[in-house]
Amino acid sequence: MATALTVNNPASVHSHEEHGEHHHHETFLTKYIFSQDHKMIAKQFLITGIIMGVIAMILSVLFRIQLAYPNTAFPFLETLLGRFAPEGRLDPNFYLSLVTIHGTIMVFFVLTAGLSGTFSNLLIPLQLGARDMASPFLNMLSYWFFFTACVIMLSSFFVQKGPAGGGWTIYPPLSALPKAMPGSEMGMTLWLASMVLFVASQLMGGINYISTVLNMRTKGMDLWKMPLTIWAFFLTAILGVLSFPVLVAGVVLLIFDRSMGTSFYLSDIVLNGAVLPNEGGSPILFEHLFWFLGHPEVYIVIMPAMGIASEVMAVNSRKPIFGYHAMVYSLIGITVLSFIVWGHHMFVTGMNPFIGGVFMITTLIIAVPSAVKTFNWLATLWRGNIRFTPAMMFAIGLVSFFISGGLTGIFLGNAALDINLHDTYFVVAHFHLVMGSAAIFGMLAGVYHWFPKMFGRLMDEKLGYLHFWLTFIGAYLVFFPMHFMGLDGVPRRYYAFTEFESMKQWLSVNTFITWAAIMSALAQVAFLFNFFYSIFHGKKATQNPWNANTLEWTTPVERIHGNWPGEIPTVYRWSYDYSKPGHDQDFIPQTVPFSQTMTSNLPHDFEDDPDVEKLQSEWIKQNSQEVK
Amino acid sequence: MSQSVIDKEKLNLQPKKFNMWLFIITSFMLFAAFTSGFIVYTQGSADKGIKIILPHAFIYSTIVILLSSGTMYLAFRAAKQLQFSKQRQYLWLTLILGIGFFCLQFYAWTVLVKMGVYLINPNASQSFIYIFTGVHLVHILAGLILVINSLVGSYKNAPPVKNIFRLEMASIFWHFVDILWIYLYVFLLLNQ
Repeated sequence: MATALTVNNPASVHSHEEHGEHHHHETFLTKYIFSQDHKMIAKQFLITGIIMGVIAMILSVLFRIQLAYPNTAFPFLETLLGRFAPEGRLDPNFYLSLVTIHGTIMVFFVLTAGLSGTFSNLLIPLQLGARDMASPFLNMLSYWFFFTACVIMLSSFFVQKGPAGGGWTIYPPLSALPKAMPGSEMGMTLWLASMVLFVASQLMGGINYISTVLNMRTKGMDLWKMPLTIWAFFLTAILGVLSFPVLVAGVVLLIFDRSMGTSFYLSDIVLNGAVLPNEGGSPILFEHLFWFLGHPEVYIVIMPAMGIASEVMAVNSRKPIFGYHAMVYSLIGITVLSFIVWGHHMFVTGMNPFIGGVFMITTLIIAVPSAVKTFNWLATLWRGNIRFTPAMMFAIGLVSFFISGGLTGIFLGNAALDINLHDTYFVVAHFHLVMGSAAIFGMLAGVYHWFPKMFGRLMDEKLGYLHFWLTFIGAYLVFFPMHFMGLDGVPRRYYAFTEFESMKQWLSVNTFITWAAIMSALAQVAFLFNFFYSIFHGKKATQNPWNANTLEWTTPVERIHGNWPGEIPTVYRWSYDYSKPGHDQDFIPQTVPFSQTMTSNLPHDFEDDPDVEKLQSEWIKQNSQEVK
Repeated sequence: MSQSVIDKEKLNLQPKKFNMWLFIITSFMLFAAFTSGFIVYTQGSADKGIKIILPHAFIYSTIVILLSSGTMYLAFRAAKQLQFSKQRQYLWLTLILGIGFFCLQFYAWTVLVKMGVYLINPNASQSFIYIFTGVHLVHILAGLILVINSLVGSYKNAPPVKNIFRLEMASIFWHFVDILWIYLYVFLLLNQ
């Protein structure tokens, strides 16, 4: 609704007036708070995302402490959490809330809004040659809806019964019956309110991204000259626009079940000894609606990270990305396939085995475009002049996590194996590697790489390496042992395993994982210090610190409103002309026409245009005569 | 940047119109999800389903909203021919017809309640009727606000380009909610 209203708002039309350098009337409020400049909005998304990420990380350390020492009291927990940790031991219901909110914040607030919100906003106008988004006003609104959603989500820690506790997938009946558990009461209501605002924010953002990519590219920038980052953000936005409304549909029905007494999802429930009046509902219906969003959502999380990694790896290998077209087609393939695989989350819901088989096949097919991307990254690295900048390290780390997490996806996508592995730590290990760690590494690669574009300064490299190695090793130490726990049947989301004789032996592993998690959490201090210190005191960046080809590095370091002081540059070539034979530099920016690079032009550069080919061959003839 | 370039960019309303189409796609996905949910639910067992004849009020409301689409088209045509008083006339008509549709849907709900078809219902297929029409009414409300917005614009003598742009946005959305209702109504008729 909000979109429909705001599109017509005169403010969105007026905002263009500010573009001229002569009439700048920026106050603190319009520059830093309600800014409509896409670069400022990107920074707002990034810093909010980082803060949310740190909060979610602290939550994870809290529940890891419980898993490692289920019988020990920690008085500092009571000091910190009060009634949620009586006598220094985590309340079981609060444990469930911690897990739920950790998942929600990480998936939605950090890896969806923090990742897409930051880099789509920053890079779409800059890499395409646009002065701003299609609707800057809508863009500003998108951030403030997101911010409000964050505040509401965090406020649930301050209500009497604590935050939502039904898991980030909020399956009914737990989420539909306020009396079901403490985490189903006010906390759940706030969760739903927060997510409605969040979806509105994502839709506004997504609509803007798509519209900008399709309508506002500079002269010469046809779709096949766009960097892979833009392709990834574009397809991610399409995924979001098509799948988030489905979550809204599911949530609307859930709200009716919760507050009005309808029975869309509820049937035959006995609560505290009383039979509930709800009849005829089907909780499976919610799972269908949820996972129709939920599965595309994991690609919303990973695809921007893939795009960032492709760009960072090409720049720092000083080589064209291997298989540009294959990279784009595999992104498109993932986008399409991601809509027909949701059933693999529901293999054990009593699904017809035939339908399970169909979902199994589609799931395994999605491994094909994923593998195409992986091999292309490896081939890009192959015999490149690799510069191991921190951004490059994180991009390579993404590939590593994507491979090791992706392989277990082949196990889990199998309907028969899933009976054994469903809801065990094997699943936890799988998705934390393939979408959690991989996407976070993509995001961090982006932060290190485009930090100069955001703040005009460079981040410290040494701290970057420290951050990388501790996080990389830490993540593997945390998630790799979980595979074995899962294979042994240890279920996820349990408060303690002390009551089960067969699972007691995993306590030592849990202790190990917790210490690894604490180590990786501490490693983030290196990043946080580096990030915030460098904003103010980092080394001043040059205009094009990485010698990259893309358009954003042709803008002035000062980051002016409207991006380019004069006319927007025209684009003549794709963005991956690195180490082109015959050229005196190892990069040729997209703004350099072929007429200035006669020594390095290749026949396929001209897209079969006979006139230009003739010019080039005449030039070659002339020059070879001179040499004789 | 020269003034003419800035002016040209200000008048580049194409991306904003495109935003509207994208928003329509998201709305459509919302209703696609509801109707798919209905199908999944109803096929769950034989005692599910609408199982009633839909009230006649829905036929009247369909006629009303079709008429309003017609007046909206006429308003847009008048605006393009710069006949602003005619444009206002047709916009008022659209607004009245839209409010009429709103009331008729409410009336249909009261008829449903009299028939014993409640929102809170062990056969949630019948609850879905309320969800479809209710969420659609929210869209109607948004459409009415857009219509009012373009009416206000035309009374304030906004420059023609802006006036036509506002009206175009309103009319794209209004035709969409019209088509959406026909989709929902046909869907319900096929399942009654």
